[in-house]
Amino acid sequence: MDAPERLAELSHRSALAGAAVVADNLSIRFGQGETATAALSDISLTIGQGDFVSLIGPSGCGKTTLLRAIADLVQPTSGLLRVNGMTPEAARLARAYGYVFQAPALLPWRSVARNVTLPLEIIGMGRAERQAEAKRNLDLVGLGDFAGKFPWQLSGGMQQRVSIARALSFKPSLLLMDEPFGALDEITRDGLNLHLHELWARTGLTAVFVTHSIPEAVFLSTHIVVMSRRPGRVVEVIESTLPRARRLEDRETPEFLALSKRVRTALHDGHGHA
Amino acid sequence: MTQKILPIVTVLIAVLILWYAAAVWLNAPQAEALMDPDQPHGLWALAQACWSMDRPVLPAPDQIASALIDSVFGFPLSSPRNLLLQAGYTAATTVIGLIFGLIFGILLAIGIVHVRTLDRSVMPWVIASQTIPILAIAPMLVVALGSMGVTGLTPKAAIVAYLTFFPVTVGMVKGFRTPDPLQLDLMHTYSAGEMTVFAKLRWPAGMAFLFPSLKVAVALAVTGAIVAEMPTGAQVGLGARLLAGSYYGQTMMMWSALVMASLLALAGLLAVTLLERGVVLMRGGRL
Repeated sequence: MDAPERLAELSHRSALAGAAVVADNLSIRFGQGETATAALSDISLTIGQGDFVSLIGPSGCGKTTLLRAIADLVQPTSGLLRVNGMTPEAARLARAYGYVFQAPALLPWRSVARNVTLPLEIIGMGRAERQAEAKRNLDLVGLGDFAGKFPWQLSGGMQQRVSIARALSFKPSLLLMDEPFGALDEITRDGLNLHLHELWARTGLTAVFVTHSIPEAVFLSTHIVVMSRRPGRVVEVIESTLPRARRLEDRETPEFLALSKRVRTALHDGHGHA
Repeated sequence: MTQKILPIVTVLIAVLILWYAAAVWLNAPQAEALMDPDQPHGLWALAQACWSMDRPVLPAPDQIASALIDSVFGFPLSSPRNLLLQAGYTAATTVIGLIFGLIFGILLAIGIVHVRTLDRSVMPWVIASQTIPILAIAPMLVVALGSMGVTGLTPKAAIVAYLTFFPVTVGMVKGFRTPDPLQLDLMHTYSAGEMTVFAKLRWPAGMAFLFPSLKVAVALAVTGAIVAEMPTGAQVGLGARLLAGSYYGQTMMMWSALVMASLLALAGLLAVTLLERGVVLMRGGRL
């Protein structure tokens, strides 16, 4: 089967299955010739609509690269990648996703509200409309009262919540998050995890979440994709056995701990193979 | 408040004392020659003579002050001998030249940041342009433009623009490049074009670099305007007064023009600072 045919089949399949993201034999290499390094190797993965999928693995396993490829920030070297049945570029142009970076990346000269309206300003939405939209999204992350503040007046955790509100601006069906809480302290992180979980449960978004924290991955996800070190491969996709609604206390249950152990074992296996 | 003012006042008093001493030291030979050799005179009388000469080598501060006040209030505003009128000519040259230098400097920076070839090819020329002494190029430019029928304010403003675009270009190239890769990625996820990235990200980020550049440019602009006024007969402006003063040995005239020039530069800096404060205020207290 040649490439266009395969592509047509995949697009068809992902549309039928309602998949948010389909990767098939996806490989990404950086650089040319001798110095080229393989970041991702033969990734095949399907992320269903409404799933919360965590990508977990050691540093340098390419989890961020995979997320960036979905967002069309990195080009695949070979293989196929479809986002909502479209190429990543088409999905980006269709504003199908919101992206949350490792750092909040807020513009310091804009107020919180104007940071959240930035993407809407760029697509040329009217002032009143985008302000209403920003208020809605800020309320969603619990920062409705901070609209007039400036980023430097907010804590790190609040800044990251603003960046989540901003990522929701296009009303995307897909939320891509690259270790958004990695730089935060544990208590703040717990709070934000719970908040994110509620947001996801309420909105029915598809979420792809990069992390290197096992408890975070297990707590948030419906599916955990365990990856191995360079070149990045998928070791195992673990489907969560936990109920959809979750509380922080659930992290003490035997079920949670058993799931964490499975993830840890898979991580060790992946490490061993590499 | 006293903590702020006290050091300033101390330095000012020290400068004044040194100045009066220097005036005695520099003017003494001439003052002594003017005094009656038969009359015995003490050191104090000599000092007083040194501080009240008509054409001293170094006028005393109070002489400069009274000359300055006299040249501002002693003549009607329409008289060419009014220093305020002359300062007005220089100010007009400065402001118009500065505006053109600012526009050209920013446009050049935009080109350098966005076009790779310009980055490689133009920057060395921009730096080379500033290694040419302005004193050498100013008369040539004024004469060359004059021969083409361009006279008056335009050639002088061109010289000011030539001097002022440089700090603006250097500062703004740096400023437009401050957005980090994360912010650029963010704009990419919005599928924002280069124009949008510039308007929403590069330009506001560059603001922090605009004002320091502008302050350097203001100081250069006043210098440039005065230098530009000197060739071709030194008709109007503070530069013309400086040159005329030096022709006729009128040190007081030169000094009052000098003081006026620094007041002009100070006013310019104050205007930039106020503008900066306004922008900072709009941005919630930080640039």
